[in-house]
Amino acid sequence: MALATRTDRRPSIARTFWGSTVGKKTVMAATGLIMIAYLAVHALGNAKIFFGAGDFNDYGHWLRVMGAPVLHREWGLWTARVVLSASVILHGVSAYQLSRRDLKARATAYVHKRRRASYATRTMRWGGIILALFIVWHILDLTTGTVHPGFQEGHPYQNVVDTFSTWYGNVIYIVAMLALGLHIRHGFWSAAQTLGVGNATRDRVLKAVANVLAVLLTATFISVPVGVMTGVVS
Amino acid sequence: MRLTLRVWRQKNTDAPGAMATYEVDGISKDMSFLEMLDTLNEKLILEGEDPVAFDHDCREGICGACSMVINGDAHGPERTTTCQLHMRSFADGDTIDVEPWRATAFPVVRDLVVDRSAFDRIIGAGGYISVPTGAAPEAHATPVPKADADYAFEHAECIGCGACVAACPNGSAMLFTSAKINHLNVLPQGAPERESRVLDMVATMDAEGFGGCTLTGECATACPKGIPLPSIAAMNKEWLRATRKAGKR
Repeated sequence: MALATRTDRRPSIARTFWGSTVGKKTVMAATGLIMIAYLAVHALGNAKIFFGAGDFNDYGHWLRVMGAPVLHREWGLWTARVVLSASVILHGVSAYQLSRRDLKARATAYVHKRRRASYATRTMRWGGIILALFIVWHILDLTTGTVHPGFQEGHPYQNVVDTFSTWYGNVIYIVAMLALGLHIRHGFWSAAQTLGVGNATRDRVLKAVANVLAVLLTATFISVPVGVMTGVVS
Repeated sequence: MRLTLRVWRQKNTDAPGAMATYEVDGISKDMSFLEMLDTLNEKLILEGEDPVAFDHDCREGICGACSMVINGDAHGPERTTTCQLHMRSFADGDTIDVEPWRATAFPVVRDLVVDRSAFDRIIGAGGYISVPTGAAPEAHATPVPKADADYAFEHAECIGCGACVAACPNGSAMLFTSAKINHLNVLPQGAPERESRVLDMVATMDAEGFGGCTLTGECATACPKGIPLPSIAAMNKEWLRATRKAGKR
């Protein structure tokens, strides 16, 4: 008689994650937290603009040489770019696939409509699309300068003042930052639930942290165009 | 009370459905919502029309059979089952919309009756404890800490009515599945199958075509048994733990 062999091997962890709604949400939660951590650093860096062109441009230069002398010029910057690009793509693809699935799971709407969930919760999908478009605009505007007439390579301070001197530059930026605040408000708390950190006793703390993060990040980012508009930064 | 009812009528799963309007009179405010529908059906039968088909069983609020969305809310305006919803929650002259649970995983069988056997298949994937049959084991042989027993009981209250799926904008069964998993995974009797239970039940939940969770919280608000929203986070934690453990073998 042959011995019983193990035939019930489970698929690999990567396959289990990507094949499950819970796993895909975990991917979204992890990548979302990476992006929030980046935004916190980004917001602090932006605040340097209030200390003058010298400080801000020095900071911009340091981003290219950070990690020196261990890291070669721009290695640190490109590492961040690769990690962030991967995060945005994984976050977006997961959101797209999960949304398609969600819409299919409730194919027939109720005849009797009523408003469901909070504003931040209901705007996650559209807010996410706005943010994805904004990221493309933002890179073309202030990194490559493709859509930025008069863009000066290596002069970030001047480029920032220049972009926020146009009405559309301000409108696009401020709308996107308000979308960001709403996205983080629901996203941060949701990430905690998805990662299994949330429970009844921590709920209020997690919600408070989500709100504080959302308000602080949005306010810090919006302070830059407001600073340019009011002439504090010129 | 005199009411105008707009009820979803659908001959079978494949037939198109539509809202039909009926007037009902002589409704007492002490009637349950199901008794009000009984009154409507008696009238329809006398008039030679097909009565409205709806699921019901115990009429004590514990079986989870009655499934209908009333004015956009699963089980109506009170946080209870439809049999325990009384007409005093409505006013004389109201127009009330009654629809079946809406979820692709719960196809409409007829009128307000939906097929919820997808829930049975989720249970079949791991919502049990494998023990040799025979005489009941001695109750004190396996001590259960009071806090764990309470936690298990809180989740064991789930009656599998499907209100969570009906209320969820994504037609997600996360609250139901989490209730069943948390109920057994916290107990010593459930420990041997702790990992396979959560992995298999979540996989079956996905395979049945339920949507994912976007944490809108609609499910926990609609649940007649008060299964709390953090149950979903607890299930996610169990799932992540199980994937880590399964990867080591």
